Amino acid sequence: MTAEAAPMNRPRVGLLTSIKRLADRYLLMTYTSLAVIYLLLPVAVIILFSFNDPIGRRNFVWQRFSLDAWLNPLGVPGLGESVWLSLVIAFVSTLFATMIGTLMALALVRYEFRGKSLTNSLIFLPMATPEIVMGASLLTLFVSIGNPPFFPLNIVTILIAHILFNISYVVVTVRARLVGFPRHLEEAAMDLGANEWVTFWRVTFPLILPGIVAAALLAFSLSIDDFVITNFSAGQTQTFPMFIYAQARVGVPVQVYVIGSIIFLVAVISVGLTTLAGRRQSSG
Amino acid sequence: MGGWLYRRRRFIPYLLLVPGLVWLIVFFAYPLTQVFLASFWSGSVQQGYSFSISNWTNYPDAITPVLPHIGRSLLYSFAATVLTLLIAYPLAYTIAMRGGRFKNLLLFLVVAPFFTSFLLRTLSWKIILGDDGVVFGPLKGLGLLPEDFRVLATPMAVVAGLTYNFLPFMTLPIYVALEKIDFRLVEAARDLYAGPWRRSGAIVGALVGGVLAALLAMAFDWSIPITAVLAASFGAFVGSVFVSEAFVRITFPLSLPGVFAGSLLTFIPAMGDYVNAEFLGNPDTRMLGNVIQNRFLTQNNFPEASALSFTLMAGILVVVVIYTKLLGTEQLTNSRI
Repeated sequence: MTAEAAPMNRPRVGLLTSIKRLADRYLLMTYTSLAVIYLLLPVAVIILFSFNDPIGRRNFVWQRFSLDAWLNPLGVPGLGESVWLSLVIAFVSTLFATMIGTLMALALVRYEFRGKSLTNSLIFLPMATPEIVMGASLLTLFVSIGNPPFFPLNIVTILIAHILFNISYVVVTVRARLVGFPRHLEEAAMDLGANEWVTFWRVTFPLILPGIVAAALLAFSLSIDDFVITNFSAGQTQTFPMFIYAQARVGVPVQVYVIGSIIFLVAVISVGLTTLAGRRQSSG
Repeated sequence: MGGWLYRRRRFIPYLLLVPGLVWLIVFFAYPLTQVFLASFWSGSVQQGYSFSISNWTNYPDAITPVLPHIGRSLLYSFAATVLTLLIAYPLAYTIAMRGGRFKNLLLFLVVAPFFTSFLLRTLSWKIILGDDGVVFGPLKGLGLLPEDFRVLATPMAVVAGLTYNFLPFMTLPIYVALEKIDFRLVEAARDLYAGPWRRSGAIVGALVGGVLAALLAMAFDWSIPITAVLAASFGAFVGSVFVSEAFVRITFPLSLPGVFAGSLLTFIPAMGDYVNAEFLGNPDTRMLGNVIQNRFLTQNNFPEASALSFTLMAGILVVVVIYTKLLGTEQLTNSRI
């Protein structure tokens, strides 16, 4: 912001001006580095404490380095099952939400129809609703359906909830990709005799695929980490975040930090690879 | 297939929309009306519920005892929104204006915390802010802090947790807004003698810093004069260095949509959050979210819980509707990664 103000040909350089120049050159970047460290500090702590050897179950104070948890990452009863369940739920909800959301995005960008703005609000509202209200309203729905004891809360209700909150994010992500889509390529395919079906699968779909993949990755990461809405729709079923929450009262086992670190590393590596692949595609 | 579709073109958008609309109506819109209805229930899980308008008393019954929680939710969420804004603006500004070839890397680092569990990240603040943890342990050892000094299990820890967890939600919309600014406008302003505005910058910075710090100090019981003076001098320094006429007249106004979007994306989830207050706070820092979660999942008191949820939803809807009428939904949805 100083560069906007600092006239470079000032004849007499006062002390304040030199400070200003130095600040402009280094302060913002220093600040940004500090902010990034602040953002990543908890992640670093998670990874560090996955190598801890705590006394008892309270993994809050550093004791000494140990590889025990990494060598036996699922060695806590219920942990393996909860991680597996989270992966299954993330996979299935991503699949459904991506299909449903992509179709909606196509309809919204490609066609003019009655009720469009209402549809847009219906897609936008879930994103502006606090998670606790969304979870609570689903729970109320499930309660009011069955006679007491109410509708069983299990993996089905979790999936319903996860597909619900993922749909809006998929629509928004795919729609961003569809706006500014080169329509003339489709027209060319049609001129060359392809019908709409063939044109869609041969021309449109490959071109919007990166947007769909991005949407699916976002949906997967939102689902695997969701706690609040799952808390309201899971009943006794334990996903990975639900497992952490239940353990937090008595002390989270070190193995949970190991799984957290693995999830982080896998996510970072896959995003890195996707970026590299995208860069190669666009440059080659 | 193609011919059939061609003859019925008009219906294609509806066909594409059906699965999604059904899902959103059955599992989002309809349940919201159910929450409203449930807030007029009486009865219990075992005996079943009955609806009656005369049960409107659920609202005062539910709200009166939790007024302190609602007040705390508003206070903590507001404090967290102000703090995220103060931290996020310079960060977004640097990435957008000075990022250069590191722009994408920096953006990636801003969202990288999302790649691991929200609950674990919140728990790790418990490690960092621990009474004898990595930060305060050494400071106490050197005698810089009194032995009984603590942050964990205080309102400050809850606000710190909220601030941390929602910082990316504030940074990204501001970045998107700043990124879109046509830099030629700033150059034109400078050509037209937009000045450095050093003194006014210092004064404004000192005022903003001082007032905000005084408010925070009042909220958290710190010493008001000390906090305010420290923050005011810091604000004066930052203001004199970074505020210029071009920034005040061009850059900042053009970034306001991002500031509003980010504030909404921070304030709304903070209002409904109960994880930070539970992990980092104490029984006296419970927020509205904690009450709602407890009524629903522990006490199974669906009528009162629904009354509270509906109140929260109604309050937030008012804010969101005003916002979208003024600014539209673009900024909110586009900046979410």
